[in-house]
Amino acid sequence: MTLISKALVRIANSFVSVLGSLILVFCIIYLLPGDPVLSMIDPSVATPEMIENLRRELGLDQPFYVQFVEYFTAILHGDFGQSLINSDPVLPKILMHFSATLILTLTSTIFSIVIGVTLGVLSAIYRNKWIDILARLVGLFGISMPTFWSGILLILIFSVNLNWLPAMGSDDWKTLILPSLALGFVGAGLIIRMVRTSMLEVVNEQFIVTLRAKGLSERVVMYRHALRNALIPAITIIGMNIGEMMAGTVVIETVFSRQGIGRIIADAIMAKDLPVIQGVIFFSAIVYVIINLLVDLSYSVIDPRVRRSH
Amino acid sequence: MKEAINSKTIWSAPKWNLIKLKINLSASNLFVYVAGMIVLFIVACALFPQWIAPYSPTHMHTEFILSPPSALHLLGTDYFGRDVLSLVVYGSRDSLIIGVVSVLIGGGIGGGLGALAGYVGGVVDMIFMRFTDILMTIPGILLALAIAAALGPSLMNVVLAVAVSSIPGYTRVMRGQMMSIKKRQFVVASRSIGTPNWRILIWHILPNSWSPLLVMATIGLGTSILVGSGLSFLGLGVIKEIPDWGALLAQGRGYLTTGWWISTFPGLAITLFVLSVNIIGDKLRDMYDPKTK
Repeated sequence: MTLISKALVRIANSFVSVLGSLILVFCIIYLLPGDPVLSMIDPSVATPEMIENLRRELGLDQPFYVQFVEYFTAILHGDFGQSLINSDPVLPKILMHFSATLILTLTSTIFSIVIGVTLGVLSAIYRNKWIDILARLVGLFGISMPTFWSGILLILIFSVNLNWLPAMGSDDWKTLILPSLALGFVGAGLIIRMVRTSMLEVVNEQFIVTLRAKGLSERVVMYRHALRNALIPAITIIGMNIGEMMAGTVVIETVFSRQGIGRIIADAIMAKDLPVIQGVIFFSAIVYVIINLLVDLSYSVIDPRVRRSH
Repeated sequence: MKEAINSKTIWSAPKWNLIKLKINLSASNLFVYVAGMIVLFIVACALFPQWIAPYSPTHMHTEFILSPPSALHLLGTDYFGRDVLSLVVYGSRDSLIIGVVSVLIGGGIGGGLGALAGYVGGVVDMIFMRFTDILMTIPGILLALAIAAALGPSLMNVVLAVAVSSIPGYTRVMRGQMMSIKKRQFVVASRSIGTPNWRILIWHILPNSWSPLLVMATIGLGTSILVGSGLSFLGLGVIKEIPDWGALLAQGRGYLTTGWWISTFPGLAITLFVLSVNIIGDKLRDMYDPKTK
């Protein structure tokens, strides 16, 4: 199979996944107990007729499959529905706040890559030295600390005690630092562990022995040859992690009272605002699938072995 | 004579390894022992909180409202004057229930589906893997969030939400394991002498495939506790008299400037537990995965 036809198959698969996730999300939300109509109007004031009218107006009296087909056709037209609380159209609301979430995700990703790759490589090169032990501890703490706790610790240290950085808001770049650290730390932990393991695996391979036998300096062997090969699996982790971090903003945006789509869904869940919950999850699924697709494709561009297989 | 020597060398090898394993008290093993003790202690807290907590978690020490950690209240008191240490000790129960039960459900369903997909192959495999792919397009915490929101706040619903979001991971691992084992010679040999499928599955494949699932479940326990406490933190758990760690931490958020200890210690408890579980998981993986040896 050529690279292009392989890419096309992957894109088609992704499309099916997105469609599947749409059905899944719709099914989950449909199970939601409680009547959304009753949360919109006060039953003590409204007559049963008013409730019935509103239900018909929203299409909630239709059977499940009719509601799904209607929702699906609307989505194909770029209409994600309206908020039940304030009738705002969902998609523009998501798009308006998406940039804030995207920026936070990107800064966290950059932070996690810088810390993760550096410590991961040092950890493998200086195996069992103090820097290795330190890096492994950082890695373990990274994957073990809940982001809402590391976020709160950062607020306690840098906002409450030292008063260096703002604890909340999303106005300027200063408000971005603490959330990015809290969110990026998880990714850094994963990347450290991945890079270390794959570096140690690569170092045992025969081509490294050959390079050393050739008389290349240790520095060239490690940084030019071993690192390049070790980074290939790390790219998958980094890619998968971008999606996870975007999802992690649900918690982080709440901790730091930031604007963003994570915050939108957290608020919508409290208010039982179905169209918004549905819209945000579906939107995230699309973004997640696109990121994974890009990672997969870049993988086959970077690694000649993947390109030649099949 | 020659045979005797051979059998002796064959038998002595594993015995020697066993002894070496027992007395190997290197630095990395020390970490594992400490981690094991922390896990045991926290499990004891969940089982017998009344023996470990110094006070009742609901008793309000009205003369000690928002008092910092002291000899009387080791981890301080909250805004009602409740002892934070006692709250953390009692809170371990719901936190562990969420983690353990969701791993059992998620690992059971996910592992079962993966085993079936890997062993049967063909159309079954394709359908299961498609379903897993779809589950995986929604990031775990969002899926859990949607399910928890759909089902309404209750402990069991948080458990279910976390369990469902963890299914695809187990399915993938178990499927891969199945596919590699069913091609091994002892399975092929067994099939060639006419052993029925169910017998091969139970007697040959399952005993050889539980170790990666165990590793996965150990590490999954950490993840489940993180996701579960995250849901509680966002307010999707149960509002109870004795909150779990995530909810306890969320309650302290409003008092960061006046009572840092209320949020800090429940978070420390989560981190210590997940950290210990991850250390043990790493160790198990090193033991079972010959690649990392």
